[in-house]
Amino acid sequence: MEIKILGSGCRNCQKLYDNTKSAIEELNIEGNILKVTDFMEIAKYKVMRMPALVVDEKIITSGMVPSKEKIIELLTK
Amino acid sequence: MLGKIFDFISYLFFEMGWLKSIVDLFLIDLIKLNEEMAIYSSLSFFIYDLIKIFILLTVLIYISSYIQTYIDIETAKKTLQKFKGIFANTIGALLGTVTPFCSCSSIPIFIGFTRAGLPIGATFSFLISSPLVDLASIVLIASIFNWQIALVYVVIGLVLAVIGGSIISLLKMDKYVEDFVREGNYNVEEETEKKTFKIRNRVAIDQVKDIIKRVWKYIILGVAIGSIIHGYIPASFIDSVLGENNWYSVPLAVLVGIPMYADIFGTLPIAEALIMKGVGLGTVIAFMMSVTTLSIPSLIMLKKVVKNKLLFTFILIVTVGIILIGYTFNMFL
Repeated sequence: MEIKILGSGCRNCQKLYDNTKSAIEELNIEGNILKVTDFMEIAKYKVMRMPALVVDEKIITSGMVPSKEKIIELLTK
Repeated sequence: MLGKIFDFISYLFFEMGWLKSIVDLFLIDLIKLNEEMAIYSSLSFFIYDLIKIFILLTVLIYISSYIQTYIDIETAKKTLQKFKGIFANTIGALLGTVTPFCSCSSIPIFIGFTRAGLPIGATFSFLISSPLVDLASIVLIASIFNWQIALVYVVIGLVLAVIGGSIISLLKMDKYVEDFVREGNYNVEEETEKKTFKIRNRVAIDQVKDIIKRVWKYIILGVAIGSIIHGYIPASFIDSVLGENNWYSVPLAVLVGIPMYADIFGTLPIAEALIMKGVGLGTVIAFMMSVTTLSIPSLIMLKKVVKNKLLFTFILIVTVGIILIGYTFNMFL
């Protein structure tokens, strides 16, 4: 599973990164989390609201920081 | 009758006279401080202001975040597409104040708006007004100063956003955007889940927690600086540096504000203390506006999507605008 966190590195982006990290640790899945901070890269996903969570090139959430539990729910769906 | 009700609400929530009495009871009757002492001025300002700001912030952020769950950036973009010319700038400025987004979204929003074919000027109106005139800060200004000042602050903030954006349109600055910003379209429908009261309530509570967590240090620092100014720094000294008779007081306030990376919530107690010491309202407003719109981190981000010419035009327009606002206020109020 390839996971990307889009956002310029503000507090919310960091929080989303942390929550996602604990979520995949808890699920025990192999996953790479990549932080995407470059606006040119971010623009490719066509999202305006940061931070955004992208899993296998698909936007899962944007403009909010879901809790670890919520991310687990989204990843196992 | 209506006036009386309004006065009562104002007393209860905005001036918080009751809180002042409790603080006085504690400081004068319990610790036996004298009202004439500098330590009394400092301490009463510190305790009263700190409690007041935290109560207000919690209530206000909750209310404004709850309202904001009804507005989203996609709707703002679509609404803005219906307007042209100065109307687009005006609507852009208005939408900027009510649309919620994390400050790190401002550049993706800039790209999204530009690709949707919106004029750069209207987008700048949106981006100038959004940190400048924000719902929670308006009510906080109203509580610390009064409603008239808050209203004037909103109006001039919006006017600055409209005029600033319009000048960028008039100068035909659209071409000074980095090329990648325009490539491709941006019209995806972001899925939005149906919002129930439970979801809105959770969003609002999260927002309260998040903002308080982010700004409490700045508020305590701001209130502490404010109370030191209030109790210990003589008015004559402040007047000689930032007084209305000094032509350079306004530009100085703007310059000091630029490198400060603080929330408007942290600057307010400092502003309040300066006003009490007789610094002109214009100087103080110029300081607050400079802190919120011209912060260095946000300029660095903006640099990545626009060319230097547009970046410097933006800085120049906003700086000149804020300085003019400062002088005008000092002259007429």
